[in-house]
Amino acid sequence: MKFIIAIIKPFRLDEVREALTSLGVAGMTVTEVKGFGRQKGQTEIYRGAEYTTNMVPKLKLEIAVSDDIAPQVVETIQAAANTDSIGDGKIFVFDLAAATRIRTGETGDTAL
Amino acid sequence: MKPLHKIGAVVGTTALSVFTAAQAWAATAAPAAEVVEEAVTAVAEGPIKAPTAEQMAGMVDKGDTTWMLVSAVLVLMMSIPGLALFYGGLVRTKNMLSVLMQVLTIVSVAALVWVSWGYSLAFTSGSPYIGGLSKAFLAGVDGTTFAATFSNNVYIPELAFVVFQMTFACITPALIVGAFAERVKFTPLIIFTVLWLTLAYFPVAHMVWYWAGPDFLPDAPTDTGLLWGMGALDFAGGTVVHINAGIAGLVGCLVIGKRLGYRTENMPPHSLVMTMIGASLLWVGWFGFNAGSNLEANGVTAVAFINTFVATAAATVAWAVIEQIVHKKPSLLGAATGAVAGLVAITPASGLAAPMTSILLGFAASIVCFFFVTTVKNKLGYDDSLDVFGVHCVGGIIGAIGTGIVADPALGGQGFFDYTVFPAGVGEYDMAAQVITQIKAVGITILWSGLVSAVLFYALKFTIGLRPSEEVEQAGLDISEHGERAYNY
Repeated sequence: MKFIIAIIKPFRLDEVREALTSLGVAGMTVTEVKGFGRQKGQTEIYRGAEYTTNMVPKLKLEIAVSDDIAPQVVETIQAAANTDSIGDGKIFVFDLAAATRIRTGETGDTAL
Repeated sequence: MKPLHKIGAVVGTTALSVFTAAQAWAATAAPAAEVVEEAVTAVAEGPIKAPTAEQMAGMVDKGDTTWMLVSAVLVLMMSIPGLALFYGGLVRTKNMLSVLMQVLTIVSVAALVWVSWGYSLAFTSGSPYIGGLSKAFLAGVDGTTFAATFSNNVYIPELAFVVFQMTFACITPALIVGAFAERVKFTPLIIFTVLWLTLAYFPVAHMVWYWAGPDFLPDAPTDTGLLWGMGALDFAGGTVVHINAGIAGLVGCLVIGKRLGYRTENMPPHSLVMTMIGASLLWVGWFGFNAGSNLEANGVTAVAFINTFVATAAATVAWAVIEQIVHKKPSLLGAATGAVAGLVAITPASGLAAPMTSILLGFAASIVCFFFVTTVKNKLGYDDSLDVFGVHCVGGIIGAIGTGIVADPALGGQGFFDYTVFPAGVGEYDMAAQVITQIKAVGITILWSGLVSAVLFYALKFTIGLRPSEEVEQAGLDISEHGERAYNY
């Protein structure tokens, strides 16, 4: 099993979710996060007082999938979240040691 | 038509006895037409100084009375919730309630002070600087006494005048708190409010607005406040309210000092949505403030109304355009600030200018105020948190001096009204002399209010203290001073 963390631009969420659903991904966790990378922060001006925010708002997606579809999931997210501009985000893949469905106690791929 | 100020001349004891008779007379409808005719004849003959019941009935208009009461409600709405939300949205979340509570309390305290001694000090005859205490605690003021307007032989119920002016006394000290928002102790602020009203607001209101009234001035041409006597024009309170509060705010923020973290940490407004709601309520309420200041519902009222509308629209557009040019983005806060700057600037000129010159005044206010709040404030480094000085004092000065220009009948203005003759008529207008008079009035107001404010702020600073501890300021005034939070999600 693989655990995939993707940092994406907030407005791409719907596209990514739809693409993953059609691929058979059964669930994901989404969190609003802030961070920085190559993309610069934004400048806010309030009556001439300038505030530069270094942290840019993003969404963090956490998805657990079976080994066989993991490469497709990564490809799909990459395609759906892509806007060809700096700040489109990153995808990280981890090995996942175990998974348990709390209601039934099922483990492994069947728990995903 | 009639410009300047509000009155003091009140048909006192005569009216009291007269009113009883009026009730008796009202029971029989038949003589009504006769009586009105009599009153009309009387108007033509000269000022009525001791009206009979029949005459008085023709001298008070239900439309005027209604408009004054509605205007009073509109002006109250400017302070709560208008100003409270406008200011509240601009501070950080942790100080939201402190601003709302300061405004709400100041309005309430000012109302009590006004009926206790404020009305009497501002609107009774005394010296050119301040009135007397003959109407303290509203002594002798009731439903049967009347206050003069700007027309010969036209009166409104005195209590309607008292309550309309009360709303001005309520909002003016509330304007000041924006200058040192997020860093002032509550109790000293309320003490300051009572003292500042007494020593700065009431004297300035008396100096600018007190006069004997159109029917009594010809006999007592010197029975006026200092600035009224000089011929200074201030239709709705540019000097009394905005310059007065603006300079007090500047002095306050200098004496109290900068906020912790000023210029080193980000202090963005916590809710520009609230600021937008507040600014809009201010604009709507301002029709009561400016058009209500005519004290009657007539053509000049409509002039003040439309001028208030178009000057504000012009200032809003101007600020947005300036930001588009300077920052490449027009901001909501900028447009809302422009609206308030325009409202402030048109206030003294509202019933005196023409719509087209009002628009120019609105443009001028935004240009100058923008320069002050973005450039001058940053250069000088004072922390006027919500730009009370940059918008209200500077905008007020633009308006006060501009009034001398736009009031000129040659530019479509209403001119200057000579009340020393009966019936009152438009006097000869000298723009240059009027502008100089306006500048003098601005200078006297700034000096008076600035000095009183400095003395009061320093006295409080060195006795009970004005500023909370660093720990309290860091935690926010809401939780430390008031024991509650604005938002509990």
